[in-house]
This record gives sequence, structure tokens and C-alpha cells, in this order.
Amino acid sequence: MLFDFVKIGAQGDGGTLFLPKQASTLAANQDALFYFIYYLCLFFFVLIVGLMIVFVVKGRHKGDGSPVKTSAVKGNHTLEVVWSVIPGILMVVIFGWGFKDWVKTVVTPANAIDVRVTGLKWAWSFDYVASGVNSNRLVVPQGQPVRLTMSSKDVIHSFYVPAFRVKRDVLPGRYTVMWFEATELGEFSVLCTEYCGTSHSGMLSTVKVVPQEEYEQWLADGGDLGGAGVPPAELGAKLYEAKGCNACHSLDGSAKIGPSFKGLYERNGEFVDGKSYVADDTYIRQSILEPQAHIVKGYQPVMPSYQGQLNDKQIAAIIDYIKTLK
Amino acid sequence: MASQAGTNYLNAKKGIGSWLYTVDHKRIGVMYLVAVLTFFLLAGVFALMVRMELLTAAKDIVDADTYNKLFTLHGAIMVFLVIIPSIPASLGNFLLPLMLGAKDVAFPKLNLWSFYIYCFGAAFLIYSIVSGSFDTGWTFYTPYSTTTSTSVISATAGAFILGFSSILTGMNFITTIHKMRAPGQTWTKLPLFVWAQYATSVIQVLATPVLAITLCLLMIERVLGIGIFDPAMGGDPVLFQHFFWFYSHPAVYIMILPGFGIISEIITINSRKHIFGYKAVALSSVAIAIIGFLVWGHHMFTSGQSEFINVVFSFLTYAVGLPTAIKVFSWVATMYGGSIRLTAPMWYALSFLFLFTIGGLTGMFLGALSVDVHLHDTYFVVAHFHYVMMGGTIIAFIGGLHHWWPKITGKLYSEFWAKVGCFFTFVGFNITFLSQFVLGSKGMPRRYYTYLPEYRDLHVVSTVGSWVLALGLFITLFCFLHSLFKGKTSPKNPWGGLSLEWETETPPIEHNFEGQPIVTSGPYDFPEIDHAHARGH
Repeated sequence: MLFDFVKIGAQGDGGTLFLPKQASTLAANQDALFYFIYYLCLFFFVLIVGLMIVFVVKGRHKGDGSPVKTSAVKGNHTLEVVWSVIPGILMVVIFGWGFKDWVKTVVTPANAIDVRVTGLKWAWSFDYVASGVNSNRLVVPQGQPVRLTMSSKDVIHSFYVPAFRVKRDVLPGRYTVMWFEATELGEFSVLCTEYCGTSHSGMLSTVKVVPQEEYEQWLADGGDLGGAGVPPAELGAKLYEAKGCNACHSLDGSAKIGPSFKGLYERNGEFVDGKSYVADDTYIRQSILEPQAHIVKGYQPVMPSYQGQLNDKQIAAIIDYIKTLK
Repeated sequence: MASQAGTNYLNAKKGIGSWLYTVDHKRIGVMYLVAVLTFFLLAGVFALMVRMELLTAAKDIVDADTYNKLFTLHGAIMVFLVIIPSIPASLGNFLLPLMLGAKDVAFPKLNLWSFYIYCFGAAFLIYSIVSGSFDTGWTFYTPYSTTTSTSVISATAGAFILGFSSILTGMNFITTIHKMRAPGQTWTKLPLFVWAQYATSVIQVLATPVLAITLCLLMIERVLGIGIFDPAMGGDPVLFQHFFWFYSHPAVYIMILPGFGIISEIITINSRKHIFGYKAVALSSVAIAIIGFLVWGHHMFTSGQSEFINVVFSFLTYAVGLPTAIKVFSWVATMYGGSIRLTAPMWYALSFLFLFTIGGLTGMFLGALSVDVHLHDTYFVVAHFHYVMMGGTIIAFIGGLHHWWPKITGKLYSEFWAKVGCFFTFVGFNITFLSQFVLGSKGMPRRYYTYLPEYRDLHVVSTVGSWVLALGLFITLFCFLHSLFKGKTSPKNPWGGLSLEWETETPPIEHNFEGQPIVTSGPYDFPEIDHAHARGH
């Protein structure tokens, strides 16, 4: 299977009929308005369709030849004013309520943890501003606001956490900001909601909400990809998943969007321009940092550069990992 | 049978050339109808393939890239080749001069030009499909659309050309309605279908050029590498979204307003009653056309546009909802005290009221800023606009097709099979799209090739629904085809309509009317109306 949903899907639901579990401070308010509109709509729907059915049933033409007489009503000014003014007032209430809660979603509390988010085809990357830790998933403490300053490396993406009821587009060449405060421990899905091509539906991550001490320990360990005390090849295996290499490069020899990593190291091959190459350390490093420099025969020039996404230690770890894939 | 012996617009001239070079609005309307229905079938097949692929989260029939092309083609064909031209260009072309008591539209040759421009634009879209297709979504968002390797240029060129067809038809209709009404046919004696066409035409003329400019800029960026929307070249991708929705939101009203017009006609005729609140129904179309220009930003609440502007757009979105609500209330009130004939067109009109009410009410969720943050770009939006576009426009279009089918073809269809088709379409549609509301509010994003396991059950329901929907539409198609070849000859005025199109022969003669019809009463002053009793109220 192309994407591993098991660990993300395991979150369970715990929500209501229409909405997923509430796991942020913003969720309860939004859900209250959702259900207010829902019951209002249900009322008007039953009213409209109910009256329609009553009028049809009562006025149904029998077709028995008896003379038909219909009402001469052409309109009723009072009624028309009533059914304009009452929905009008209700709409203003909905607008005002939506506006009030929305202001909360755009004003970040002062004590927020700062995280920079980078979206690229087709993975998310998170940089913790205070500690310099880089991660492919978001680990946040329970009960503390987190501010995300987001940008894209390529096309428009959109950062969405259904359980937090937050979403904001992630654009190339500019920054967008959003925040949330998680209230529930657990793992929640991060989804991309702006169409971005082949693996749009595979551009997933998770937010793991942990107690404060665990969060601090995680940061101290350098996050998932810090590599403190981890053998390089093992770190490389983690990065392979975390940085989204797996979306395009298989481990079993099958060709996906890019060449497979299996048996790649020191393999002889040919570029589209006919030149031959040997997949040594330097070749792999260049392929990661300047993927457009040489294109292997049979593939499209679609890989984004990982310049600034991976440090030297991480690149070395990926090379060491590829070495193990015989 | 005397009228049957005479010639009509179908048999007055023979041969393929008499169709290809015709300037008769009725024949042009029929040619549009055939083209639109053909593309509807094509886009429907793409939709069925999309739903089939989504039956399971794994690969079922196509890979991710093909899936992306399929939903793009479904959307682009439905919007540009089916829904926008559907009612105005086919039924509108056929009926507008007849309803006005005119011999043709104001510019008959221009009308034929519109049709050929439509064909030319469609050819570009088809070329784009066979030359590797495109995968941008029908919205062509930059910088994806300027960087993808698929054939975007021919697709945008197609949409660009189709826009001119739309503009010319709009100009033609506006002129026709202003200048060619029958003696005595004042603005308040116009059938509401004409009012709806008028409001639609105004939007077509004013909004479509913006799409043309936008797509032109997109092509300039792709071909010449001039940075307009792509930030890598110093452009602004959000600017594209503003330009795009400045057309494409009003385009939503280009799509739905003619449907409103059809519903007003079907409900009054089948209730034997005057429309409730003629002026409110007529002018609310115009109000929608005007306010509809000021709400485009509600597609962009999460785009990173100015926070202040989001608030303004949210407020205006509710302002455009109100005239629509007034229309729905007026249609329901029209049925009060009527003598309701449950003909096949009336089945469609009642289906429309049910489905469009859901489509309209779910817009209340999306207009609210805080709730939209959660629902934006999820299946909730997909379900919402399908209830409006398919449950609204397409259902009204099919209903209108049933209503005027005898007028166009001179044949009757099987009422029984027409209703069976309507029933399965209605049930299948609801199974397909009600489930998508829940998928969306649970967080399922749109345009996903695969999905998380918690969304599986509802995806299965939706896919099964699409089969029922397809069954209903195919029954309807066969019902029409059967009528065409085996249908009984229609009487001149099978529904007892009063608007002028029912005054001429069925099907109409080549020049519509023998003499100049004169209008003395309104289109809804049915003989069954009990005026004597009304004074007692």
C-alpha cells in the first residue's frame, strides 16, 4: 500500500454524529455554532418540505372531472416581510457568532510556543524555534498554546487538524500564521487540504499531545530525528519515512515516482542525457540537494530540493541507510 | 390533426446543411442540447470512475495521477461545457423568443457564432484530454497549474474560448428581452423564466471577461515565464484566487438562476395558480445577480487574505442568501390553495425544492467564519455544491426538459418511466451526497485519492449511491429516446400553459408565429383561478 494509515487511523473517534473529537480550546465554540446552525436548518427544512407536502396532498388534482377552482392569492405583503426579516435576523446572529469565534482563532496568545512549519510535495516538516529541533511530526504539550508560522517550498498546501478545528493555507513565498491549544492527550491527524498533486492524499502527519514533562524530555533528546545515540543507518530509516522519501522511492526494487532505494548504492546507471553514473556517496548527496542536476533515465524531473531540509548528519544517515538496502 | 399536416421547424428544411448553417434559434437550441447532454454523459462517466476508485482506500481502478485527472475533467466539463451553457443555451435559446412572441433572437447569426465558438472551445478541452489531460482541478490554482507537466494550456485556452460563447449569448438575450417583447408584454407580464434569463445574461456579460483575462494571464505566465501568480517568479498566488473567484462565484449564479426560472414555470402551471409574489421572485434574481458579485472572497477564508476582508465577505454572503430564501418560500406558498398536478416535471420541481433547500441551508454553515475554518475544502463543501449545482440546476434542467420536451420534439414521453427515472435519480442523489456531508464535517478533505480508515463506511455508501443515481439518469435517457422514436404525438398545449410558447403550434413553425401575438394578460392568470371567491377574503 502506498501510504501507511494504520498508525494515524488508530486515534479512534470519540466525536459526535457529525463532528470528530474535540481536542483544542477552539473546538467547543465552533461546534456549538455548528449545531446551532444545524438545528436551525433542520427546523426550516422541515417547515419548507412539510408545507410543500401538505399543500401537494391537500391540493392534489383528483382528475374526476369536477370543476377545479384555485386560490386567487397573488402575494401577501405582510407574509413576505416576515419571511424576509426573520431569516435576515437569524443570519445576522450566525454571522456575528461566527465572527466572534473566528477572531479568537486569529489572535495568538502571548505565551505561545513557536514552531515553523514547512510544507512541500508531499510532506510536512516542523522546526521548533527555541530549541532548533526539527521533526516530521508535531509534538506539543497539553494545555499550552502553539503558534505555527507556515510556508511552502513549492505549491500551495493547507494545514488541517480536524480534531483541533484549525486550518490555514500554506503558501510559497510568504508566511501564514495560526495557533491552537491542545486539551486532550493523544495523536491526531494532520491533513493537507489544498490540492497539491500526485500524493496530495498522502501528505499526512500527526500531532502528538503529551504532558509538559514528556514534551521537555522529547525536546532535550533532539526530537525524533535528532539522532542522539542512534546509529546513522537507523536514523536514516526514520528520515526515509519522516521526510517523505517513501512517497516516491520504494524499498522493494519497484519503480515508483523515483528509482527504488533497494540496491541503489554503487549501482551503475544512465542519465537521460546518456551519461553514465555510479551511485556513490557524492551522487546521493547531490541527488538530495540538487535533484534537477541529473535525471536518471526513465524518470521525470519532479523531485524537490532538500536544501535546508536536511543537515549534514541527516544526509549522511540517509546514505548509510541506503547502503544497508542490498 | 390539421396542424400535424403542416410543416414545423424540424421538417421545414432537410439535410445536415440545413442544421449546420441554420440561424433558427430553435435549431441552435436543439444542437446545444445535444452537445450539452453528450458532455453530461461524458462527465458523468468520469464521476462514476472517481466514485468507483474511492470505493476502497487502496487502488481500485486507476492510479493517483489518473484519479487527479478524472476529478479535474469531471469538474471542468461539468462547469464549462455542461452547467453554464445547459439551460440558457439550450432551453433558453429555444424558448426565449417564443416566450416573447418574437420570430428569433435579436442577432440570429451571432447566435450561430456562439454555438460554433462553443464547439471550438470544447474541441480545445477535448484535445487537452487526449493529449495527456490535465490535473489542476477545475479551479486551475497557481502555482500548481503553472508548474504541472500536464496539458494546462489547451484546457485554459478552451475555457477562455468558451467564455466568449457565453458572453455573446448573454448579449443576445439582453437585447432580445429589451427590444423584442410582444405588444402588451410589459416587464411585469414576462414569464419568470425570462426574468431569470435576463439576470443570468447580465452576469455572463459582466463576469466572464474577468475569467478570460485571468486565464490569459495564466497562459502568459506558463508560456512566457512572466511572473504574475507564481511566487518563484515574483508573482502572487492569492491574486489568482481573487481573479478566479471574481468570475467563478458569479458563475454559480449563472448556473442556478435559469434553474430558478424553470421551477417558477413548472410550479405555477402544475398548481394552476399565479406565482406568489411575482415582483419578489423576479427582482430577487436581479438582487442575486448584483450581490453575487461581492461575495467571491468566501472561497478564501483560509487562504491568508486580509482578516478584515474575510469579515466583510462573510456578512455579504448572508446578504446574498436572503433573496434565495425568499424565492423558496414563494414557490412553496404558490402551491397553497392550488390544484396540484403531479406530472413528471412537477416531480422534478418538488425534488428541486427538497434538494435545493438542503443545498442552500448548508451554505449557512460555510458562510460562518469560524465553522468554515473546519469545513473548508472538505467533502462538506463537495456535498453542498452538488446539492446546489446537481440537485438545483441539473434537476431543474431535466425537469424543464420534460416540461418543454413535447414543445421541442412534438412527442409525448411515458409519464410512468419519467417518474421512475426521477425517483431513482432523487434517491441515488441523496445517498451519494448526504453521506458526503458527514464525511466532510468529520474532516475528510476533498480531492483525495485515498483516505483514512475511519472514512471508509461513508465512502462505500456514497459510491453505492452513485450507481443508483446513474440508474435513474439512464432510465431518464431511455425514456427520452423511446419518446423520440416511439412517442405519441403531443397535443398543442399538453400542460395548459398560458405563456406565448404554448400559443404557437407544437412543435413550432419555422417562424414561430403566424402573426404577431399580442399579450393582454399575465402568464399565470390561469382560468381555474377563482376570482369571484377571492373578493370574499
